[in-house]
Amino acid sequence: MALTLASPGAESPAPVAAVVRLRGFSRVFGETVVLDSLDLDIAPGEFVALLGRSGSGKTTLLRTLAGLDSRHEGQEVAIPSARAVVFQDSRLLPWKRVWKNVGLGLPGKDVRARAEAALREVGLGHRLDAWPLTLSGGEAQRAALARALVREPQLLLLDEPFAALDALTRLRMHELVLSLWQRHRPAVLIVTHDVDEAIALADRVLVLDKGRIVAEERIEAERGQRTATVRRLRAVLLGHLGVEAAEGSYADLVAHPRSTWLAAAE
Amino acid sequence: MKKPGSPSFTLRPGRWLSPLLLLLLWEAASRTGLIPPRTLAAPSAVIETLAEMIWSGELPSNLLVSFGRVAIGLGIGVSLGIVLALVAGLSRSGEVAIDPLMQIKRAIPVVALAPLFIVWFGIGETPKIALIAFATLFPVYLNLYNGIRGVDVRLVDMGRSFGLGRAQVIGHVLLPGALPSLLVGLRYSLTIAIVMLVIAEQINATAGLGYLVNNARDFMRTDIIVVCLMVYALLGLGADLIVRVIEGRALAWRPSLVEA
Ligand SMILES: Nc1ncnc2c1ncn2[C@@H]1O[C@H](COP(=O)(O)OP(=O)(O)OP(=O)(O)O)[C@@H](O)[C@H]1O
Ligand SMILES: [Mg+2]
Repeated sequence: MALTLASPGAESPAPVAAVVRLRGFSRVFGETVVLDSLDLDIAPGEFVALLGRSGSGKTTLLRTLAGLDSRHEGQEVAIPSARAVVFQDSRLLPWKRVWKNVGLGLPGKDVRARAEAALREVGLGHRLDAWPLTLSGGEAQRAALARALVREPQLLLLDEPFAALDALTRLRMHELVLSLWQRHRPAVLIVTHDVDEAIALADRVLVLDKGRIVAEERIEAERGQRTATVRRLRAVLLGHLGVEAAEGSYADLVAHPRSTWLAAAE
Repeated sequence: MKKPGSPSFTLRPGRWLSPLLLLLLWEAASRTGLIPPRTLAAPSAVIETLAEMIWSGELPSNLLVSFGRVAIGLGIGVSLGIVLALVAGLSRSGEVAIDPLMQIKRAIPVVALAPLFIVWFGIGETPKIALIAFATLFPVYLNLYNGIRGVDVRLVDMGRSFGLGRAQVIGHVLLPGALPSLLVGLRYSLTIAIVMLVIAEQINATAGLGYLVNNARDFMRTDIIVVCLMVYALLGLGADLIVRVIEGRALAWRPSLVEA
């Protein structure tokens, strides 16, 4: 865990030498204010999950952090130069073999060796020369992970990377992401709709709503020992997402007599 | 699944039956005098003439002339089409400058330009090559331009997020993404090139397939006309085969061609 100092005046403690630092960041599309003077710090090596309803601006925020949105002149936006993104769809170039996708744009000579090492790490050592369109969904996402990791990013951005995968594959991918994170220690921001995914993976969970971060929950419990935390946190986070739910895990939640699931009023 | 790059000539025996039957009927009708040689020469006579024309060097030398016209015309048309499509597809100002002109050009049937070309370039090789070049430019331009514009922006985003510069995005993402469209355009261009060859060679040719046909017409040599028709057909098939082979190699990654 990174060192954190409480800075006077700020609601949340500002980490020393944060990898990401946004202050009063806004993004407007025409008339609509999508992000509204938002503050965000991410410490080196920190694993942050970002929850939010559909259309709350998660992807917009992530694109800013990925340097894909140049519309932030005059705003306080600090992002590291070494960053990598994994999107919901793998976005492999279908006309390049898997290892070339992983090595895309890498400088230096030993590109193939580095790509190969990264692919082995995600368990795709046997598919180096495959065409991307022959990969399964899970394999494609693993290749996308390898492509991100081979760049040794300080900041790894994941935009709902597992949303399109089946539950079993997703479970494997969670384990893979955690082990890769523990080995390489990039700061991670994962955007997700899945409260359980956020609780299982992150050090800190943020909820984005109406362009602002409306909730921030730090999870102190060790990964793998979070069952107790889930009971309360789940209900809290879902509450921020506009769903009133009783405490407990998903298994008991759906059928719970007291739980009233309210569709979020748009 | 069919092998990449090889055209699918299905060799089911049944499919040969009807053309063969037609050929036999034709031969029989010619022999009995039902079809006089002035109307249409018998298949056997055509084969004989073909062999003679090859032997005497008449066919190869004229074919070479025609082939040269197509090759030069196509070379000019396709390269110009590619260059214009790249400029229009890869830059906004290029699009504003070029695309409207190309749309206007599209509205004019190229064949209708033949008289103008004759006025400008005389009746030598130039108007023939110019016609072929002008006609083959557009399919390549249109398809490549649309191909570039149609490349998935999410892939471009991906490239930029990994720090690719403009040149790298063009080289790794835009051009390979537009390649299938370019090949479609190329296939159209090859077909059109042969049609334009036939038309262009009606302009006072002194050599080439068209010259052979014109001469044969004057002497009512239907056998030579049929030989030339066969050669035109072979040229068309050859052109198609070339594109298929290129596609099989260049688009090996495409799902329809990828072997499971
Ligand atoms: N380029 C754009 N032009 C105009 N509006 C945009 C643009 N990009 C995003 N928006 C709008 O900004 C809002 C936030 O979009 P964003 O994609 O960030 O949502 P999200 O939180 O990622 O949603 P989801 O969970 O469905 O992916 C939406 O209302 C969207 O319509
Ligand atoms: Mg999104």
